[in-house]
Amino acid sequence: MLIGHQPKDFLLAVSGLTVSFDGFKAVNDLSFYVEDNEIRVIIGPNGAGKTTVLDLICGKTKATSGSIQFRGQELTKLRENEIVQAGVGRKFQTPSVFEDLTVFENLEISFPRGRTVFGSLTFQRDATVKERVEEVAEMIFLKDRLHTYADQLSHGQKQWLEIGMLLIQDPDLLMLDEPVAGMSVSERAKTAELLNRIIKGRSVLVIEHDMKFVEDIAHKVTVLHQGQILSEGTMEHVKNDPKVIEVYLGH
Amino acid sequence: MIINSRFFNRTELIGFVALALLLFVILPLSLDIFRLNLVAKYLTYAFVGIGLVLCWGYGGILSLGQGVFFGLGGYCMAMYLKLEASSVENTKIQSTPGIPDFMDWNQLTQLPFFWKPFHSFPITLIAIMLVPGIFAFIIGAAMFKRRVGGVYFAIITQAIAAIMTILIVGQQGYTGGINGITDLRTLHGWDIRTDHAKFILYFVEVVLLFACIIAAQFIRLTKLGRILVAMREQEDRVRFSGYSVANFKIFAFCAAAIFAAIGGAMFTLEVGFMSPSFVGIVPSIEMVIYTAVGGRMSIFGAVWGSLLVNFAKTSLSESFPQLWLFGLGALFIAVVLAFPNGLSGIWQDYVQPHIDRLLASRKSKPGNGFPVTDGAPAE
Repeated sequence: MLIGHQPKDFLLAVSGLTVSFDGFKAVNDLSFYVEDNEIRVIIGPNGAGKTTVLDLICGKTKATSGSIQFRGQELTKLRENEIVQAGVGRKFQTPSVFEDLTVFENLEISFPRGRTVFGSLTFQRDATVKERVEEVAEMIFLKDRLHTYADQLSHGQKQWLEIGMLLIQDPDLLMLDEPVAGMSVSERAKTAELLNRIIKGRSVLVIEHDMKFVEDIAHKVTVLHQGQILSEGTMEHVKNDPKVIEVYLGH
Repeated sequence: MIINSRFFNRTELIGFVALALLLFVILPLSLDIFRLNLVAKYLTYAFVGIGLVLCWGYGGILSLGQGVFFGLGGYCMAMYLKLEASSVENTKIQSTPGIPDFMDWNQLTQLPFFWKPFHSFPITLIAIMLVPGIFAFIIGAAMFKRRVGGVYFAIITQAIAAIMTILIVGQQGYTGGINGITDLRTLHGWDIRTDHAKFILYFVEVVLLFACIIAAQFIRLTKLGRILVAMREQEDRVRFSGYSVANFKIFAFCAAAIFAAIGGAMFTLEVGFMSPSFVGIVPSIEMVIYTAVGGRMSIFGAVWGSLLVNFAKTSLSESFPQLWLFGLGALFIAVVLAFPNGLSGIWQDYVQPHIDRLLASRKSKPGNGFPVTDGAPAE
């Protein structure tokens, strides 16, 4: 295969991505690239299509046209669980954890082993699993709550638990949808610290409204507006872009 | 107390022992053979209930068509028994001897191809589980792969139950029609109509029931059991944890179908016939009610529910035949509104705490200084 003038290998290459719901183009001919170990933040006003972009990458929504290449693999043709197995993890906006299970069990389910029906019937809770679960639980500040049912956790703790569930999957690309929304100030600081620790060795795609938080973590910022890219670059560049100020930051 | 290396926790162990005592000792000793046979009939629904606990209680997949699988299991067994009862010798007055009587009445002159394997007892035993299992797999694959779930799935299973009844009734020559398959006599040469046979069959059934309870408990305690719970709450989260949700639903549905089929096969043996009246919508819904009353999250609850509701059904319909259906409906509404976890939920919320307190106070009396820590992690 001739590589020639082709850009270097991106971890994630989204090109010409379009999805339309009954004629309304929520995402319109969108292209962007994420490199290895990059932290990319997507910002934009409500209805800009931020969450839809994540939905498209993780397979929750099927694209109308365009392509999403992840490590050279075409994601638009894969099913959700295959996309996860390819190495993409997704955190939802509202914490989605299994409330009738304990923190330990929540993390254990996300442990990447025994994901088939037969595999889960013969799954053994061995030392490797326990160690990994405890290690992750420590990272997400829930080490002493391993045997608490998830419905008894606070909102912030549920968010951490979900982040922990992604962490234990060890994805190459981590997608977070408003990870600090609805958190208290102290929880927010702890989450930023948590995220800074877990992003090492992987790429992260974050949607966030909290500008302070964005500034803290972002390598590069993509501003979406009406399903299209309005501006892209460093936070400094984006902040001073007159188009961005007009539609978003100025308000 | 979730990280439990034991197969049954204390409450479950008590439930297991109590049920074993009741079914193996108390009932056989205290009931005459007619009543014991009735209990055996009630217990056939407990098999369905155990399946529903896994599929509905744990997996959140409500099937209103378990009668189909109960019936398939029952019909497989009935076909074998009928062929044995229709030996050339027994049927020499027919125009075609050697085929079941209803086929002869319907002018069939030879055994249909799908009846032929049921000459063999081992094949029949395999078919009892395999036929409903495969049928459930096909339904499950068609529905769950397309993400049909919840109420829509319940309605479709109900429609399948209706279609199945119509099919059986309509294909009289092949199935015995509305009368079903009757006049069953021997199982592998052993007369199943005698009191002694009924006594033995009762014990065979109870042993099978406990085997199913243990199998269900095993499934519940594996990671698969936890994934079922997880799926019921947050299907998407399971999917985005790398699992194929459809495959797990298919598994739960197939397991429930196989449990139901074992119950159906035992029903045929206990009662001595099989008919479409155990396949359709009404019996399928009744099976869900037994499970709901017992507690859809409890394997033992399902057994108790089947026993108690059927016992009530028999005693009430003996005295007030018209009122029974209203009673059953009222019971269902009451359970759903007031006690969503059924009898086992009532037990856990109101009775168990008292027992625990009683045990705790007795244990702490010796004064060795150790508080009773039932919930200590057994890691």
